[in-house]
Amino acid sequence: MKMTMTRRVVMTAAAATLAFSGTAQADDHQVLEELHFIIPGGAGGGWDGTARGTGEALTKSGLVGSASYENMSGGGGGKAIGYMIENAESLDNTLMVNSTPIVIRSLTGVFPQSFRDLTLVAGTIGDYAAIVVPADSDIEGMDGLLAAYADQGPDFAVGGGSVPGGMDHLVAAMVMQAAGEDPTALNYIPYDAGGKAMAGMLSGEIDALSTGFSEAIALAEQGEVRILGVTAEERVPAYDSAPTFMEQGIDTSFVNWRGFFAAPGASDEKVAQYTSALDAMYETDAWEEVRARNGWVNIYNPGADFRSFLEDQEKVIGDLMTELGFL
Amino acid sequence: MLEGIMIGLEAAFSIQNLLLVVAGCLIGTFIGMLPGLGPMSIIAIMIPVAITLGDPAAALILLAGVYYGAIFGGSTSSILLNAPGIAGTVATSFDGYPMARNGQAGKALTIAAVSSFAGGMIGVVLLMIFAPALSSVALLFHSAEYFALMVVGLSAIAAFAGTGQVTKALMMTLLGLILATVGEGALFNMPRFTLGIMDLQSGISFITLAMAMFALPEAVFLVLNPAGSAGGQDGSRKITGLRFSRAEGRAMVPVIGRQSVQGFFIGVLPGAGATLASFLGYAVERNIAKGDDQAEFGHGSVKGLAAPETANNAACTGSFVPLLTLGIPGSGTTAILLGALIALNVTPGPRLMTDTPEIFWAVIMSMFIGNVVLLILNLPLIPYIAKILSIPRNYLIPFILFFTLMGAYIGQNNATELLMLVGLGVMAIIFRFADYPLAPLLIGFILGRMMEDNFARSMQLYRGPDFILERPMTLGLLALALILVVLPSYRARRARKRAEGVADGD
Repeated sequence: MKMTMTRRVVMTAAAATLAFSGTAQADDHQVLEELHFIIPGGAGGGWDGTARGTGEALTKSGLVGSASYENMSGGGGGKAIGYMIENAESLDNTLMVNSTPIVIRSLTGVFPQSFRDLTLVAGTIGDYAAIVVPADSDIEGMDGLLAAYADQGPDFAVGGGSVPGGMDHLVAAMVMQAAGEDPTALNYIPYDAGGKAMAGMLSGEIDALSTGFSEAIALAEQGEVRILGVTAEERVPAYDSAPTFMEQGIDTSFVNWRGFFAAPGASDEKVAQYTSALDAMYETDAWEEVRARNGWVNIYNPGADFRSFLEDQEKVIGDLMTELGFL
Repeated sequence: MLEGIMIGLEAAFSIQNLLLVVAGCLIGTFIGMLPGLGPMSIIAIMIPVAITLGDPAAALILLAGVYYGAIFGGSTSSILLNAPGIAGTVATSFDGYPMARNGQAGKALTIAAVSSFAGGMIGVVLLMIFAPALSSVALLFHSAEYFALMVVGLSAIAAFAGTGQVTKALMMTLLGLILATVGEGALFNMPRFTLGIMDLQSGISFITLAMAMFALPEAVFLVLNPAGSAGGQDGSRKITGLRFSRAEGRAMVPVIGRQSVQGFFIGVLPGAGATLASFLGYAVERNIAKGDDQAEFGHGSVKGLAAPETANNAACTGSFVPLLTLGIPGSGTTAILLGALIALNVTPGPRLMTDTPEIFWAVIMSMFIGNVVLLILNLPLIPYIAKILSIPRNYLIPFILFFTLMGAYIGQNNATELLMLVGLGVMAIIFRFADYPLAPLLIGFILGRMMEDNFARSMQLYRGPDFILERPMTLGLLALALILVVLPSYRARRARKRAEGVADGD
């Protein structure tokens, strides 16, 4: 089984339950009788964990009668999007899980469609990004990193677990741009997985690493890395000794979100049902258990907010990718 | 350390944890036997169960049991059906399947079980003694060295040099390297060579290719060639000799000794893993074998089976070093294990051994117990498992086809995989008719992507190929690869000359 080991796998595989199909007692507060999840990737991946974890919380709390799951990999997720569009009329009670890459891949044309071709339901969870250096590095903060970068130029290598033009590269470029540097001059070294990129940095092959915040916390707590900045607007309570980029005068923020989409043309009534189920889910113990188990951060963005968030992210990423020469 | 061992023994020998080891090993072995379901999918299935246990040591004991159980069981389908279910057992089929075809399926399974056991046990001893010190070894390799290591891995194709098929083997390796470039790589932002077909964007899946290259042609040849293949017409072919002879045992000992250490160290490297360990193990053992011993590789050699089986199990144990001491996953499977640990509020890393030594030691001890349990479970089962091959051919062939198709479909739930399986399978059947070796294609495919990624990364870091000269270890590994390729033909020439000398009346 071929699977690339991304941070999304690392952080969320814990929720993968291949054969979970819970049926809870019909309750007064049940919003939907049944819900079907389309997962654009294989079992054990990040999308898989998000869909199954959400389904678990919804059924255990009685908000949804029963949940079923369908893994539909192919085309890096494009196949599932095509399926949602082609079969829109017959897809009642069906949600597809997706995340930041839908924005990036639509921009590059890997997907012929974009989030606009689907009905937006909500962004439910997310993770911030971070730039880290080894704990024994001389670099203490972003000032130090920028000084070292000015000093070493292209010899200063920043790595990440995504392709050039992928999320880790874009975050690093976004930070450099906000700090007044030329984002195209950055020597970005791609790895095929976050773990291998981390090993590359600790072995001294690269000087700094662009990675997911939750992954960075785990290694910072073990005294292996120092977090120079996080892309949140304010310090994150889960690890508040990590400074934000904003407080260091670098005006940039970024959220790697995960959320749900319905088939195009879904009725307003149906979408209202989906969002009210998700709304109520955040208050339940079942969700808190799933969330804590996976180390997810609640970043809830329903309906119209989700649209403006995505349009905003598409604009920021699109401009940056154009500048970097990927578009 | 003694204190740690005691803590670990105490934890591992609780009734609950003993039951978990046995359950984990059983589940792992049986699911591992099914082609297509590797340790990663099984662990992903088991994680919710493990997490409800609540106790991190217990959870890790269960998951580790599933992990090495799956590696243990994975060799079964390689040996019996020529259908390697995971990349780590491809090399097992090189000699395991010919042995099974010679009616020695039972012996092959026994050798695989014993070498897996030995590789696992020696691996755990190394892990126990050296784990803290090894964290620096795990970080020793840069991309340049990984690239060189992949080149050494490719030298495994030299194992086909003796058969007079050098050109064909090289051509097939190149084809494998070409197939590996299909899809989205780690280095480029756009998909390559997908012909605009969406299903090719994620590349060709390893399982699909392995099934197409090995299992499908085998099923077809069973139909075409009633006499020569496994099973036999009357379905009553005896499975002779479950045991290996004393002489064969003696031949295995040095192989196991070398490969458990070599496999373990390759496993410690986060960018290498069990697959590379098994290929390198096979290549190295073939190269240092002499005369008839060497000629037997590929035709059911005891050493050729013991080497990859020892190495892949030792490497799996080795992969726990970066996971436990650095918190860095080296493979998809250990990445999922890391996710489970973090969910249980255990953060692996340099402080794991000082903060929560009971977890570290309980896992180590359970690995010992797990290996013993696996051996006890597997040895008595071998005669029954081996009997699969005495199923009459008209039942055996559909059985193989079913598992082949299921294996390709089950991981991704993507029906297009089945079309690709059949397409690639037809290609493989044609190759087999033309007597092209198919294993080099698979080696090229598995190593190709990793080799390209590491090469390109090094080129970017050094802005040119200077890394070959600037990094002594890279140069050393590349020289080793060259020796591994040249040595067999040099030896063959020298042997020929000597033979001529004898004929001259020397």
